[in-house]
Amino acid sequence: MRTDITKINERSPYTDLTEGLQLFAGGTSRLFGTGEWRTNTPVLDQDKCRQCLLCAPVCPDSCIPVKDGKRLCFDYEHCKGCGICVKACPFGAITMKEGIEA
Amino acid sequence: MSRENVMKSRAIPERMSGNEAVSFAIRQVNPDVMPAFPITPSTEIPQMVSTFIANGEIDTEFIPVESEHSAMSAAIGAEAAGARTMTATSSAGLALMWEELLLAASNRLPIVLTLVNRTLSGPININCDHSDGMGARDTGWIQIYAENNQEAYDNYIQAFPIAEDPRVHLPVMICQDGFITSHAVENIELLEDAPVKAFVGEYEPEEFLLNPGKPVSVGPYSVSAYAMEAKKAQEAAMERAGEVILEVGECFGKMSGRSYGFFEEYRTEDAEYLMIIMGSAAGTAKAAVDLLREEGHKVGVLKLRVFRPFPEKEIAEAISRSGCRAVAIMDRCESYNGCSGPLGSEIPAGLYRNKVMTQTVNYIYGLAGRDFTVDHVRDIFAELEEVAQGTMKAPNHKYIGLRE
Amino acid sequence: MKNTVEIRWHGRGGQGAKTAALLLADVAFKTGCCVQGFPEYGPERMGAPITAFNRISEEKIRVHSNIYDPDYVVVVDETLLHSVHVTDGLKEDGAIIVNTAKSAKEIRPLLRGYKGRVLTVDARHISEKMLGRNFPNTPMLAATAAATGIMSREKFLREMEASFAHKFAKKPEVIRGNMAALEMAYDKAEIDMMRTTGNSSGKKAGKSSKEMKRSA
Repeated sequence: MRTDITKINERSPYTDLTEGLQLFAGGTSRLFGTGEWRTNTPVLDQDKCRQCLLCAPVCPDSCIPVKDGKRLCFDYEHCKGCGICVKACPFGAITMKEGIEA
Repeated sequence: MSRENVMKSRAIPERMSGNEAVSFAIRQVNPDVMPAFPITPSTEIPQMVSTFIANGEIDTEFIPVESEHSAMSAAIGAEAAGARTMTATSSAGLALMWEELLLAASNRLPIVLTLVNRTLSGPININCDHSDGMGARDTGWIQIYAENNQEAYDNYIQAFPIAEDPRVHLPVMICQDGFITSHAVENIELLEDAPVKAFVGEYEPEEFLLNPGKPVSVGPYSVSAYAMEAKKAQEAAMERAGEVILEVGECFGKMSGRSYGFFEEYRTEDAEYLMIIMGSAAGTAKAAVDLLREEGHKVGVLKLRVFRPFPEKEIAEAISRSGCRAVAIMDRCESYNGCSGPLGSEIPAGLYRNKVMTQTVNYIYGLAGRDFTVDHVRDIFAELEEVAQGTMKAPNHKYIGLRE
Repeated sequence: MKNTVEIRWHGRGGQGAKTAALLLADVAFKTGCCVQGFPEYGPERMGAPITAFNRISEEKIRVHSNIYDPDYVVVVDETLLHSVHVTDGLKEDGAIIVNTAKSAKEIRPLLRGYKGRVLTVDARHISEKMLGRNFPNTPMLAATAAATGIMSREKFLREMEASFAHKFAKKPEVIRGNMAALEMAYDKAEIDMMRTTGNSSGKKAGKSSKEMKRSA
C-alpha cells in the first residue's frame, strides 16, 4: 500500500510511519519550503541578463527554472540565498539584497 | 509462500558438509543477486555458488566485491532495487559489514546472510565461536543458529519466507559453526527442487527502486522527530517475526517432515538439570544426555535455535514447565566482564522478568575452536547437581576446558 | 555412543589424510551408514602434522567433538611416530595402521607402550608400483576399510571403483592402477588382521561394525 506521506507529520504515532521511513512518491522536496531559511535574497536585473544560463546549473537547490531556453524568475519558495548564482553570473545581473524579500 | 497447500517433498539421503548443504539450498532458491567476498570458513559458499552459475545451473548475478563492507552495501542496493539478495561471510567479514548491517535492517530489506561462525580476532584465529554473530546481536537482524548441516540447510530455506513476510521485512542471518559443521561431512536429507522452489516462492516486493512510475526513496535522512519512531516500528517488526518464524517452521514440517520452533527441548520433560546451548555443541550435549540418562541422571538439553527475536517468555515457560533445579547456560562467546556472556545475561534477565527463579550458572566454552566434549557436559551436570544440593557455591561465570 | 567406530588419521599437510577421511565417510555412507568425516584445522602448511577424524555408526551421530579415544588410528606418514603421540587414547582392542616398509615388530617400540594390534602397510611401495607416484592415502584408505571391517571387500571395491570412475572421468587410464593399489593394501591389511586375531575379518570384541551390520 502506498502511504500518502503528506498525511505523516511530527505528531504521527510510530505505527503510522512507512517501513524504514521510505518515501513512496517522487519530488517530495517540493513540499518542503526552504525559502524561509534565507537571510539574503538574489535579485535578477532583467536588463543586464543575457540569458547565458550559466547560473541555472550551479544552483544547489534548483531554484532557477529554465523554460524554452530562457531562465525565469527565482523560485523563492525554495531559494536559501546562498549567492552562488551571483558569483556565476559574468554580467553582474544578479545581486544579493539584504533580507528575505526580493 | 502458500501456507495452505504445501507441496510434500521426498527425502534425498546424501552426505555433505555444512557449506555444501547451504550452497545446495542456494542453488534451489536461485536468488537474484549475490555480492560476496571470501573469508575462511565461509569461502566455499561463494566458490560453490560461482560454480553453479558458471555451469548454468542458476542465473544469480554474482558481484565480486573488494570487501565485505562493499558486499553488504551492494546487497542493500540490490535488495532495495527489488532483487532477492543473499551473501555469505564469517568473523572479521561480518565485522566489516557492521555499519551496513544496521542499515539493511533499518531500511527493512529482507536480505539473507549465511554466517559461518568464526571467532573475532584477536588473538587471530580461524576457528569457531559465536563472537561474530553475538557482536551483531543488536543490529536488528533475525538470527537463527544450526546444530548440524541438516539444520543449516533447513534454516536457509526458511529464511526467505520469514524475511520477506510483509509482517516482518527484516534481514535474516542463518548461522552455523565454522569448520565443526561447515567442513564436516555428515549425513543429510535433502529436499526436491520443486517443493523447495514452491515453498520459497517468487520474490514479489510491493515497493522497490527499479519500478517505473512508482517512485520511492529508500533510506532518507531522518530527523530526531522521526528516527525514534522508526526504531520502535523496527522493534515491533522483530517482535512480529516471532509468529512468522513459528508459522514457517510448521509449514516447513509439512513439506519435509521436520518442523522447527524457537528451540528444541531434548529430554527435558522430567529433567532436574538443564543445559541451554546453541549450535553444533548442542549435538554433543544431547549425546551426553543420552549416556547420563542411561546412568539414571535426569538431565536434558534446551537447544536454542532462534536468538533474535529472543524467545524470552517461551524459554522461561520451558524452564518453569520442566521443574528443573538448576540450569547451565552455555556461551560460546566472551563479553569481557559484562554480566556473563550474551545468553548468560539475557536468559536470567528473561527468567527474572517472568518470575521464574531457577538457579542458573553461566559457562563459557569453545572459544576460538576449543573442543567441547561429552566429558565436559558430564562435568557441568555434576557441578549443577552440587550447586542445587548446596554443596557448592554457584559460580557466576566459569570457563570450560581452560588450563588453570 | 554405541555401535560407532571412531577413527583418527594422522598425516602431514599435502599427503591427503583429510581426503582419505572424507573418502572413507563417502564409501561408508554409500553402504548405508551414518557418517562423519572432518579435519582439525590449524595453521596448515605442506608437511605440517595434521589430524582428521571419522565416526561411522548405524545410528544418527550427534557428537561434534574431536576423537580422543579412537578405535583405530591411521598413520599416513611414519615419521610422525617420533613427533606426535599418535597412540594417545587408542583403545587396546582397536588397532593402529601405519604406512611403513617396516614390520609391526619393528614399529611397536615407537608406539609408546601401545599393546593393541599393529598393522603395517607399505603404502609408498604399493602406490609407486601401481600408480607410478607416491599417493599414500589411497592404500591407507583400503587398509583402514579392511582393518575396521566397516564393509565387505566386495562392497568397498565396488563403491571405490564408482567413485574413481566419477573422479577420473577425464583420465580413465588411472582407474586400474588405483583399484590395484586398493586391492593390494586391502588384502595385506586383512591378512595382518587374521594373523593377529585369528579371525577372518576386522572383528573385535564387542564392538565391530561388521558384526552390528550383520545383526541389523
